[in-house]
Amino acid sequence: MAATPTTADIANTVFDALETFGVDPTTITREATFEELDIDSLDLAELTQVVEDAHGVTLTADDLKVIKNVGDVLDIIAQRA
Amino acid sequence: MRMREVVITGMGAVTPLGVGAATLHERWLAGASGLESGEGVCAAFDPTEFMSNKEARRADRFTQLAIGAADEALADAGWADGLPYDPERIGSVIGTGIGGIGTIEDNHDSLRDKGTRAVSPLAVPLMMGNAGAAALSLRHDLRGPVFGVMSACAAGSHAIGTALRMIQHGEADAVVTGGSESALTPLTRAAFASMSALSPTGQSRPFDARRDGFVLAEGAGVLVLEDGELARARGARILGTVLGYGATADAHHLTAPDAEGAGGARAIGGALRDADLAPEAITYINAHGTSTPLNDRAETAAIKLALGDHAHHTPISSTKSATGHSLGAAGAVEAVATLLALRARVAPPTLGWEEAEEGLDLDYVPSARPLEGDSPAIGLSNSFGFGGHNAALVLGAAA
Repeated sequence: MAATPTTADIANTVFDALETFGVDPTTITREATFEELDIDSLDLAELTQVVEDAHGVTLTADDLKVIKNVGDVLDIIAQRA
Repeated sequence: MRMREVVITGMGAVTPLGVGAATLHERWLAGASGLESGEGVCAAFDPTEFMSNKEARRADRFTQLAIGAADEALADAGWADGLPYDPERIGSVIGTGIGGIGTIEDNHDSLRDKGTRAVSPLAVPLMMGNAGAAALSLRHDLRGPVFGVMSACAAGSHAIGTALRMIQHGEADAVVTGGSESALTPLTRAAFASMSALSPTGQSRPFDARRDGFVLAEGAGVLVLEDGELARARGARILGTVLGYGATADAHHLTAPDAEGAGGARAIGGALRDADLAPEAITYINAHGTSTPLNDRAETAAIKLALGDHAHHTPISSTKSATGHSLGAAGAVEAVATLLALRARVAPPTLGWEEAEEGLDLDYVPSARPLEGDSPAIGLSNSFGFGGHNAALVLGAAA
Protein backbone atom coordinates (compact mmCIF):
# COMPACT_ATOMS: atom_id res chain seq x y z
CA MET A 1 0.00 0.00 0.00
CA ALA A 2 1.31 3.40 -0.94
CA ALA A 3 2.10 5.93 1.75
CA THR A 4 -0.78 8.09 2.95
CA PRO A 5 -1.25 10.83 0.35
CA THR A 6 -0.49 14.40 1.32
CA THR A 7 -3.04 17.16 1.02
CA ALA A 8 -1.16 18.30 -2.08
CA ASP A 9 -1.33 14.80 -3.62
CA ILE A 10 -5.10 14.71 -3.14
CA ALA A 11 -5.54 18.20 -4.50
CA ASN A 12 -3.44 17.30 -7.56
CA THR A 13 -5.59 14.25 -8.27
CA VAL A 14 -8.87 16.15 -8.01
CA PHE A 15 -7.71 19.29 -9.80
CA ASP A 16 -6.21 17.28 -12.67
CA ALA A 17 -9.43 15.28 -13.01
CA LEU A 18 -11.56 18.43 -13.10
CA GLU A 19 -9.30 19.90 -15.76
CA THR A 20 -9.64 16.70 -17.78
CA PHE A 21 -13.43 17.07 -17.51
CA GLY A 22 -13.11 20.42 -19.26
CA VAL A 23 -12.94 22.91 -16.36
CA ASP A 24 -10.74 26.00 -16.81
CA PRO A 25 -7.89 25.28 -14.33
CA THR A 26 -7.71 28.92 -13.21
CA THR A 27 -11.24 28.62 -11.76
CA ILE A 28 -10.56 25.54 -9.63
CA THR A 29 -10.28 26.44 -5.92
CA ARG A 30 -11.34 24.77 -2.67
CA GLU A 31 -14.27 27.17 -2.43
CA ALA A 32 -15.50 26.72 -6.02
CA THR A 33 -18.82 24.86 -6.11
CA PHE A 34 -19.37 22.08 -8.60
CA GLU A 35 -22.31 24.01 -9.97
CA GLU A 36 -20.04 26.97 -10.70
CA LEU A 37 -17.55 24.68 -12.40
CA ASP A 38 -20.32 23.07 -14.48
CA ILE A 39 -19.50 19.68 -12.98
CA ASP A 40 -22.54 17.42 -13.08
CA SER A 41 -23.44 13.97 -11.80
CA LEU A 42 -21.67 12.21 -14.71
CA ASP A 43 -18.45 14.11 -13.97
CA LEU A 44 -18.72 13.23 -10.27
CA ALA A 45 -19.20 9.56 -11.16
CA GLU A 46 -15.99 9.73 -13.19
CA LEU A 47 -14.26 11.56 -10.34
CA THR A 48 -15.07 8.69 -7.96
CA GLN A 49 -13.27 6.29 -10.32
CA VAL A 50 -10.22 8.54 -10.53
CA VAL A 51 -10.06 8.96 -6.76
CA GLU A 52 -10.47 5.24 -6.13
CA ASP A 53 -7.69 4.41 -8.59
CA ALA A 54 -5.33 7.04 -7.18
CA HIS A 55 -5.97 6.81 -3.44
CA GLY A 56 -8.13 3.74 -2.82
CA VAL A 57 -10.92 5.90 -1.39
CA THR A 58 -14.49 5.19 -2.39
CA LEU A 59 -16.86 8.14 -2.65
CA THR A 60 -20.37 6.79 -2.10
CA ALA A 61 -23.64 7.90 -3.63
CA ASP A 62 -24.47 9.46 -0.24
CA ASP A 63 -21.20 11.42 -0.31
CA LEU A 64 -22.05 12.78 -3.74
CA LYS A 65 -25.42 14.00 -2.46
CA VAL A 66 -23.90 16.22 0.23
CA ILE A 67 -20.73 17.58 -1.37
CA LYS A 68 -21.11 21.08 -2.73
CA ASN A 69 -17.63 22.35 -3.43
CA VAL A 70 -14.14 21.12 -4.24
CA GLY A 71 -13.01 21.44 -0.60
CA ASP A 72 -15.76 19.03 0.51
CA VAL A 73 -14.33 16.30 -1.72
CA LEU A 74 -10.72 16.98 -0.70
CA ASP A 75 -11.70 16.72 2.98
CA ILE A 76 -13.56 13.42 2.56
CA ILE A 77 -10.62 11.88 0.71
CA ALA A 78 -8.12 13.13 3.29
CA GLN A 79 -10.19 11.65 6.15
CA ARG A 80 -10.34 8.20 4.55
CA ALA A 81 -7.00 7.85 2.79
CA MET B 1 -55.06 18.90 -44.10
CA ARG B 2 -52.62 20.94 -46.12
CA MET B 3 -49.57 18.76 -46.97
CA ARG B 4 -46.72 21.15 -46.39
CA GLU B 5 -43.90 21.59 -48.87
CA VAL B 6 -40.52 20.75 -47.34
CA VAL B 7 -37.47 22.65 -48.48
CA ILE B 8 -33.75 22.24 -47.82
CA THR B 9 -32.13 25.43 -46.59
CA GLY B 10 -28.78 24.20 -45.29
CA MET B 11 -26.35 21.32 -45.78
CA GLY B 12 -23.17 20.13 -44.12
CA ALA B 13 -20.88 17.16 -44.55
CA VAL B 14 -17.76 15.66 -43.07
CA THR B 15 -16.35 12.93 -45.30
CA PRO B 16 -13.05 11.30 -46.19
CA LEU B 17 -12.84 13.91 -48.98
CA GLY B 18 -12.62 16.63 -46.34
CA VAL B 19 -14.68 18.90 -44.12
CA GLY B 20 -17.58 20.65 -45.82
CA ALA B 21 -20.34 19.94 -48.31
CA ALA B 22 -18.64 21.97 -51.03
CA THR B 23 -15.43 19.99 -50.52
CA LEU B 24 -17.37 16.76 -50.97
CA HIS B 25 -18.94 18.02 -54.20
CA GLU B 26 -15.87 19.63 -55.73
CA ARG B 27 -13.40 16.87 -54.94
CA TRP B 28 -15.75 14.07 -56.04
CA LEU B 29 -16.53 15.96 -59.25
CA ALA B 30 -12.78 16.33 -59.87
CA GLY B 31 -12.33 12.59 -59.51
CA ALA B 32 -10.50 12.67 -56.18
CA SER B 33 -10.70 9.71 -53.83
CA GLY B 34 -10.83 10.00 -50.05
CA LEU B 35 -9.72 6.41 -49.60
CA GLU B 36 -6.31 5.47 -48.28
CA SER B 37 -5.02 2.03 -47.39
CA GLY B 38 -8.43 0.56 -48.04
CA GLU B 39 -10.37 2.78 -45.65
CA GLY B 40 -12.14 6.15 -45.64
CA VAL B 41 -11.01 8.24 -42.68
CA CYS B 42 -12.15 11.83 -42.06
CA ALA B 43 -8.54 12.82 -41.44
CA ALA B 44 -9.16 16.55 -41.89
CA PHE B 45 -11.77 16.65 -39.11
CA ASP B 46 -10.53 18.05 -35.80
CA PRO B 47 -13.33 17.97 -33.20
CA THR B 48 -11.73 20.73 -31.13
CA GLU B 49 -12.37 23.17 -33.99
CA PHE B 50 -16.07 22.66 -33.39
CA MET B 51 -16.59 21.97 -29.70
CA SER B 52 -15.19 22.41 -26.21
CA ASN B 53 -13.11 19.69 -24.59
CA LYS B 54 -16.07 18.93 -22.37
CA GLU B 55 -18.40 18.44 -25.34
CA ALA B 56 -15.79 16.42 -27.21
CA ARG B 57 -15.20 13.94 -24.39
CA ARG B 58 -18.95 13.54 -23.97
CA ALA B 59 -19.35 12.50 -27.59
CA ASP B 60 -18.30 9.36 -29.41
CA ARG B 61 -16.62 10.19 -32.71
CA PHE B 62 -19.83 9.45 -34.61
CA THR B 63 -21.51 12.19 -32.59
CA GLN B 64 -18.57 14.55 -33.07
CA LEU B 65 -18.89 14.12 -36.82
CA ALA B 66 -22.62 14.88 -36.61
CA ILE B 67 -21.89 18.04 -34.61
CA GLY B 68 -19.37 19.17 -37.23
CA ALA B 69 -21.72 18.56 -40.16
CA ALA B 70 -24.63 20.19 -38.31
CA ASP B 71 -22.63 23.33 -37.51
CA GLU B 72 -22.05 23.79 -41.23
CA ALA B 73 -25.67 23.01 -42.13
CA LEU B 74 -27.13 25.44 -39.58
CA ALA B 75 -24.76 28.21 -40.65
CA ASP B 76 -25.63 27.47 -44.29
CA ALA B 77 -29.32 27.83 -43.41
CA GLY B 78 -28.69 31.20 -41.81
CA TRP B 79 -29.32 29.87 -38.31
CA ALA B 80 -25.90 30.77 -36.91
CA ASP B 81 -27.21 33.74 -34.96
CA GLY B 82 -30.25 31.96 -33.55
CA LEU B 83 -33.13 29.66 -34.36
CA PRO B 84 -35.71 31.13 -36.76
CA TYR B 85 -38.65 29.33 -35.10
CA ASP B 86 -39.88 28.40 -31.63
CA PRO B 87 -37.38 25.74 -30.43
CA GLU B 88 -40.36 23.52 -29.54
CA ARG B 89 -41.23 23.44 -33.26
CA ILE B 90 -37.76 22.27 -34.34
CA GLY B 91 -36.78 18.60 -34.21
CA SER B 92 -33.76 16.48 -35.03
CA VAL B 93 -33.58 12.99 -36.54
CA ILE B 94 -30.11 11.54 -37.05
CA GLY B 95 -29.55 8.05 -38.38
CA THR B 96 -26.69 5.70 -37.63
CA GLY B 97 -25.97 2.12 -38.56
CA ILE B 98 -24.18 1.09 -35.39
CA GLY B 99 -23.80 4.00 -32.95
CA GLY B 100 -20.83 4.46 -30.66
CA ILE B 101 -19.06 1.17 -31.25
CA GLY B 102 -15.64 2.69 -30.53
CA THR B 103 -16.93 3.56 -27.06
CA ILE B 104 -18.32 0.05 -26.62
CA GLU B 105 -15.00 -1.54 -27.55
CA ASP B 106 -12.95 0.76 -25.30
CA ASN B 107 -15.20 0.10 -22.32
CA HIS B 108 -15.23 -3.61 -22.97
CA ASP B 109 -11.42 -3.50 -22.82
CA SER B 110 -11.66 -1.71 -19.46
CA LEU B 111 -14.19 -4.24 -18.17
CA ARG B 112 -12.06 -7.21 -19.20
CA ASP B 113 -8.74 -5.75 -18.01
CA LYS B 114 -9.71 -3.83 -14.86
CA GLY B 115 -13.17 -4.96 -13.81
CA THR B 116 -16.65 -3.51 -13.56
CA ARG B 117 -15.70 -0.36 -11.70
CA ALA B 118 -13.44 0.73 -14.56
CA VAL B 119 -16.35 1.08 -17.00
CA SER B 120 -17.00 4.77 -17.65
CA PRO B 121 -20.21 6.48 -16.52
CA LEU B 122 -20.08 8.08 -19.97
CA ALA B 123 -20.20 4.70 -21.74
CA VAL B 124 -23.97 4.55 -22.16
CA PRO B 125 -24.56 8.15 -23.28
CA LEU B 126 -21.69 7.87 -25.76
CA MET B 127 -22.60 4.50 -27.25
CA MET B 128 -26.35 4.98 -27.63
CA GLY B 129 -27.51 5.21 -31.22
CA ASN B 130 -29.57 8.34 -30.55
CA ALA B 131 -26.52 10.23 -29.23
CA GLY B 132 -26.08 12.24 -32.43
CA ALA B 133 -29.61 13.61 -32.33
CA ALA B 134 -29.35 14.18 -28.57
CA ALA B 135 -26.12 16.17 -28.98
CA LEU B 136 -27.64 18.41 -31.66
CA SER B 137 -30.70 19.00 -29.48
CA LEU B 138 -28.53 20.05 -26.53
CA ARG B 139 -26.12 22.13 -28.58
CA HIS B 140 -28.76 24.05 -30.55
CA ASP B 141 -31.69 24.02 -28.09
CA LEU B 142 -33.90 21.90 -30.39
CA ARG B 143 -36.97 20.96 -28.31
CA GLY B 144 -39.32 19.33 -30.80
CA PRO B 145 -39.29 15.63 -31.74
CA VAL B 146 -35.69 14.39 -31.39
CA PHE B 147 -34.52 10.80 -31.87
CA GLY B 148 -32.21 8.52 -33.82
CA VAL B 149 -33.13 5.99 -36.45
CA MET B 150 -31.29 2.73 -37.04
CA SER B 151 -31.65 0.83 -40.30
CA ALA B 152 -28.07 -0.15 -41.05
CA CYS B 153 -26.85 1.43 -44.29
CA ALA B 154 -30.22 3.02 -45.06
CA ALA B 155 -30.41 5.00 -41.79
CA GLY B 156 -29.41 8.38 -43.23
CA SER B 157 -32.16 8.23 -45.84
CA HIS B 158 -34.76 6.96 -43.39
CA ALA B 159 -33.87 9.87 -41.11
CA ILE B 160 -34.43 12.42 -43.90
CA GLY B 161 -37.68 10.70 -44.91
CA THR B 162 -38.88 10.73 -41.33
CA ALA B 163 -38.00 14.41 -41.00
CA LEU B 164 -39.92 15.11 -44.22
CA ARG B 165 -43.05 13.47 -42.80
CA MET B 166 -42.71 15.31 -39.48
CA ILE B 167 -42.82 18.66 -41.27
CA GLN B 168 -45.47 17.60 -43.80
CA HIS B 169 -47.74 16.47 -40.98
CA GLY B 170 -47.17 19.58 -38.89
CA GLU B 171 -45.29 17.95 -36.00
CA ALA B 172 -42.41 20.35 -36.56
CA ASP B 173 -41.69 23.46 -38.63
CA ALA B 174 -38.06 22.50 -39.18
CA VAL B 175 -35.93 19.42 -38.59
CA VAL B 176 -32.14 19.07 -38.48
CA THR B 177 -31.65 15.67 -40.02
CA GLY B 178 -29.07 13.34 -41.51
CA GLY B 179 -26.80 10.50 -40.59
CA SER B 180 -23.50 9.85 -38.90
CA GLU B 181 -21.14 6.94 -38.49
CA SER B 182 -17.67 6.25 -37.17
CA ALA B 183 -17.08 2.53 -36.97
CA LEU B 184 -13.46 2.20 -38.09
CA THR B 185 -12.73 -0.16 -35.23
CA PRO B 186 -11.12 -3.59 -34.96
CA LEU B 187 -14.41 -5.33 -34.20
CA THR B 188 -16.33 -3.67 -37.05
CA ARG B 189 -13.57 -4.40 -39.56
CA ALA B 190 -13.35 -8.02 -38.48
CA ALA B 191 -17.12 -8.44 -38.43
CA PHE B 192 -17.71 -7.10 -41.94
CA ALA B 193 -14.65 -8.97 -43.22
CA SER B 194 -15.82 -12.27 -41.76
CA MET B 195 -19.04 -12.02 -43.77
CA SER B 196 -17.01 -11.18 -46.89
CA ALA B 197 -18.65 -7.76 -47.28
CA LEU B 198 -15.41 -5.75 -47.31
CA SER B 199 -13.24 -5.41 -50.39
CA PRO B 200 -10.11 -7.55 -49.80
CA THR B 201 -8.29 -5.38 -52.35
CA GLY B 202 -9.42 -2.17 -50.62
CA GLN B 203 -10.94 -0.74 -53.79
CA SER B 204 -14.34 0.86 -54.17
CA ARG B 205 -15.41 0.48 -57.80
CA PRO B 206 -19.21 0.26 -57.85
CA PHE B 207 -20.88 -1.48 -60.81
CA ASP B 208 -17.50 -2.54 -62.27
CA ALA B 209 -17.15 -6.23 -63.13
CA ARG B 210 -14.11 -6.53 -60.83
CA ARG B 211 -15.82 -5.09 -57.72
CA ASP B 212 -15.18 -7.28 -54.69
CA GLY B 213 -16.79 -5.59 -51.68
CA PHE B 214 -17.23 -2.22 -50.01
CA VAL B 215 -14.59 0.01 -48.44
CA LEU B 216 -15.41 0.96 -44.84
CA ALA B 217 -15.56 4.70 -44.16
CA GLU B 218 -16.71 7.21 -41.56
CA GLY B 219 -18.56 10.47 -42.06
CA ALA B 220 -21.66 12.55 -41.45
CA GLY B 221 -24.17 14.49 -43.51
CA VAL B 222 -26.73 16.90 -42.08
CA LEU B 223 -29.50 18.86 -43.79
CA VAL B 224 -31.80 21.57 -42.48
CA LEU B 225 -35.36 20.90 -43.62
CA GLU B 226 -38.03 23.58 -43.21
CA ASP B 227 -41.67 24.14 -44.04
CA GLY B 228 -41.38 25.90 -47.41
CA GLU B 229 -43.93 28.58 -46.60
CA LEU B 230 -42.21 29.52 -43.34
CA ALA B 231 -38.76 29.41 -44.93
CA ARG B 232 -39.86 31.79 -47.70
CA ALA B 233 -41.56 34.07 -45.19
CA ARG B 234 -38.28 34.45 -43.29
CA GLY B 235 -36.39 35.12 -46.52
CA ALA B 236 -34.36 31.94 -46.39
CA ARG B 237 -32.25 30.87 -49.34
CA ILE B 238 -33.91 27.71 -50.67
CA LEU B 239 -31.42 25.14 -51.94
CA GLY B 240 -33.91 22.51 -52.99
CA THR B 241 -36.98 20.49 -52.10
CA VAL B 242 -37.52 17.01 -50.69
CA LEU B 243 -40.10 15.97 -53.25
CA GLY B 244 -40.68 12.34 -52.32
CA TYR B 245 -39.76 9.48 -50.03
CA GLY B 246 -40.37 5.77 -50.25
CA ALA B 247 -39.43 3.03 -47.80
CA THR B 248 -39.94 -0.72 -48.10
CA ALA B 249 -38.50 -4.02 -46.91
CA ASP B 250 -37.43 -7.06 -48.93
CA ALA B 251 -38.50 -9.67 -46.36
CA HIS B 252 -36.11 -11.88 -48.29
CA HIS B 253 -32.85 -12.46 -46.40
CA LEU B 254 -31.05 -11.12 -43.33
CA THR B 255 -28.25 -9.53 -45.37
CA ALA B 256 -28.56 -10.34 -49.08
CA PRO B 257 -30.75 -8.08 -51.21
CA ASP B 258 -33.51 -9.61 -53.29
CA ALA B 259 -31.66 -10.32 -56.55
CA GLU B 260 -34.71 -9.26 -58.57
CA GLY B 261 -34.60 -5.83 -56.92
CA ALA B 262 -38.33 -5.90 -56.17
CA GLY B 263 -38.11 -4.29 -52.74
CA GLY B 264 -35.75 -1.58 -53.91
CA ALA B 265 -37.96 -0.91 -56.92
CA ARG B 266 -41.01 -0.52 -54.67
CA ALA B 267 -39.11 2.06 -52.58
CA ILE B 268 -38.15 4.02 -55.71
CA GLY B 269 -41.69 3.74 -57.08
CA GLY B 270 -43.10 4.87 -53.75
CA ALA B 271 -40.83 7.91 -53.71
CA LEU B 272 -41.91 8.82 -57.26
CA ARG B 273 -45.62 8.47 -56.37
CA ASP B 274 -45.04 10.52 -53.22
CA ALA B 275 -43.50 13.21 -55.44
CA ASP B 276 -46.31 12.78 -57.99
CA LEU B 277 -43.71 12.38 -60.72
CA ALA B 278 -43.25 10.02 -63.66
CA PRO B 279 -39.91 8.16 -64.01
CA GLU B 280 -39.01 10.48 -66.91
CA ALA B 281 -38.76 13.41 -64.47
CA ILE B 282 -35.59 11.90 -62.97
CA THR B 283 -32.47 13.38 -64.56
CA TYR B 284 -29.84 11.87 -62.24
CA ILE B 285 -29.60 8.88 -59.91
CA ASN B 286 -27.24 8.79 -56.96
CA ALA B 287 -26.95 5.06 -56.42
CA HIS B 288 -26.43 3.20 -53.16
CA GLY B 289 -23.65 1.59 -55.25
CA THR B 290 -21.61 -0.07 -52.52
CA SER B 291 -19.17 -1.98 -54.77
CA THR B 292 -20.37 -5.32 -53.39
CA PRO B 293 -21.19 -7.95 -56.02
CA LEU B 294 -24.74 -8.41 -54.67
CA ASN B 295 -25.82 -4.80 -54.07
CA ASP B 296 -24.79 -3.37 -57.39
CA ARG B 297 -26.49 -6.15 -59.33
CA ALA B 298 -29.71 -5.99 -57.28
CA GLU B 299 -29.74 -2.19 -57.39
CA THR B 300 -29.37 -2.22 -61.17
CA ALA B 301 -32.36 -4.58 -61.32
CA ALA B 302 -34.34 -2.33 -58.96
CA ILE B 303 -33.68 0.79 -61.03
CA LYS B 304 -34.76 -1.01 -64.21
CA LEU B 305 -37.92 -2.32 -62.55
CA ALA B 306 -38.86 1.09 -61.17
CA LEU B 307 -37.95 3.32 -64.10
CA GLY B 308 -38.52 1.01 -67.06
CA ASP B 309 -36.87 2.19 -70.27
CA HIS B 310 -35.93 5.51 -68.65
CA ALA B 311 -33.36 3.59 -66.56
CA HIS B 312 -31.21 3.30 -69.69
CA HIS B 313 -31.31 7.05 -70.33
CA THR B 314 -30.42 8.29 -66.85
CA PRO B 315 -26.88 8.88 -65.54
CA ILE B 316 -26.22 6.83 -62.39
CA SER B 317 -23.20 7.41 -60.17
CA SER B 318 -22.01 6.24 -56.79
CA THR B 319 -20.56 8.67 -54.23
CA LYS B 320 -19.08 5.64 -52.46
CA SER B 321 -16.59 5.31 -55.32
CA ALA B 322 -14.89 8.40 -53.84
CA THR B 323 -15.81 8.26 -50.14
CA GLY B 324 -16.17 4.57 -49.36
CA HIS B 325 -19.20 3.36 -47.44
CA SER B 326 -20.06 5.27 -44.28
CA LEU B 327 -22.94 2.92 -43.39
CA GLY B 328 -25.67 4.87 -41.56
CA ALA B 329 -24.20 8.20 -42.66
CA ALA B 330 -24.15 7.28 -46.34
CA GLY B 331 -27.76 8.14 -47.19
CA ALA B 332 -27.38 11.62 -45.72
CA VAL B 333 -23.94 12.29 -47.20
CA GLU B 334 -25.34 11.20 -50.54
CA ALA B 335 -28.46 13.34 -50.23
CA VAL B 336 -26.10 16.30 -49.79
CA ALA B 337 -23.99 15.14 -52.75
CA THR B 338 -27.11 14.60 -54.86
CA LEU B 339 -28.56 18.04 -54.27
CA LEU B 340 -25.22 19.73 -54.94
CA ALA B 341 -24.91 17.77 -58.20
CA LEU B 342 -28.47 18.73 -59.20
CA ARG B 343 -27.82 22.38 -58.38
CA ALA B 344 -24.66 22.30 -60.50
CA ARG B 345 -26.51 20.31 -63.20
CA VAL B 346 -23.77 17.71 -63.35
CA ALA B 347 -23.45 13.95 -62.88
CA PRO B 348 -20.28 13.32 -60.85
CA PRO B 349 -18.30 10.21 -61.81
CA THR B 350 -18.34 6.64 -60.59
CA LEU B 351 -14.61 6.40 -59.96
CA GLY B 352 -12.93 3.19 -61.01
CA TRP B 353 -15.68 2.03 -63.32
CA GLU B 354 -13.99 0.48 -66.35
CA GLU B 355 -15.30 -3.02 -67.00
CA ALA B 356 -18.92 -3.73 -67.73
CA GLU B 357 -20.53 -6.89 -66.38
CA GLU B 358 -23.25 -8.77 -68.20
CA GLY B 359 -26.60 -7.41 -67.09
CA LEU B 360 -25.06 -4.32 -65.49
CA ASP B 361 -25.75 -2.29 -68.59
CA LEU B 362 -26.90 1.12 -67.34
CA ASP B 363 -25.08 4.43 -67.66
CA TYR B 364 -22.73 4.43 -64.66
CA VAL B 365 -20.97 7.70 -65.58
CA PRO B 366 -17.26 6.81 -65.67
CA SER B 367 -16.50 10.50 -66.27
CA ALA B 368 -18.40 13.51 -64.97
CA ARG B 369 -20.69 15.21 -67.43
CA PRO B 370 -23.43 17.86 -67.50
CA LEU B 371 -27.05 16.86 -66.97
CA GLU B 372 -29.37 17.21 -69.95
CA GLY B 373 -32.23 19.72 -70.11
CA ASP B 374 -32.56 23.13 -68.58
CA SER B 375 -35.42 22.91 -66.06
CA PRO B 376 -34.48 22.63 -62.36
CA ALA B 377 -32.94 19.19 -62.04
CA ILE B 378 -34.67 16.38 -60.14
CA GLY B 379 -32.75 13.38 -58.85
CA LEU B 380 -33.13 10.13 -56.98
CA SER B 381 -30.96 8.93 -54.09
CA ASN B 382 -31.12 5.24 -53.13
CA SER B 383 -30.15 3.58 -49.86
CA PHE B 384 -30.36 -0.09 -48.93
CA GLY B 385 -29.46 -1.71 -45.62
CA PHE B 386 -28.82 -5.13 -44.12
CA GLY B 387 -32.11 -6.41 -42.84
CA GLY B 388 -33.65 -5.80 -46.24
CA HIS B 389 -34.33 -2.08 -45.62
CA ASN B 390 -34.86 0.09 -48.70
CA ALA B 391 -35.24 3.86 -48.76
CA ALA B 392 -35.40 6.24 -51.70
CA LEU B 393 -35.52 10.03 -51.79
CA VAL B 394 -36.53 12.27 -54.69
CA LEU B 395 -34.83 15.66 -54.42
CA GLY B 396 -35.28 18.72 -56.58
CA ALA B 397 -32.90 21.63 -57.04
CA ALA B 398 -34.41 25.06 -56.39
CA ALA B 399 -35.30 27.08 -59.46
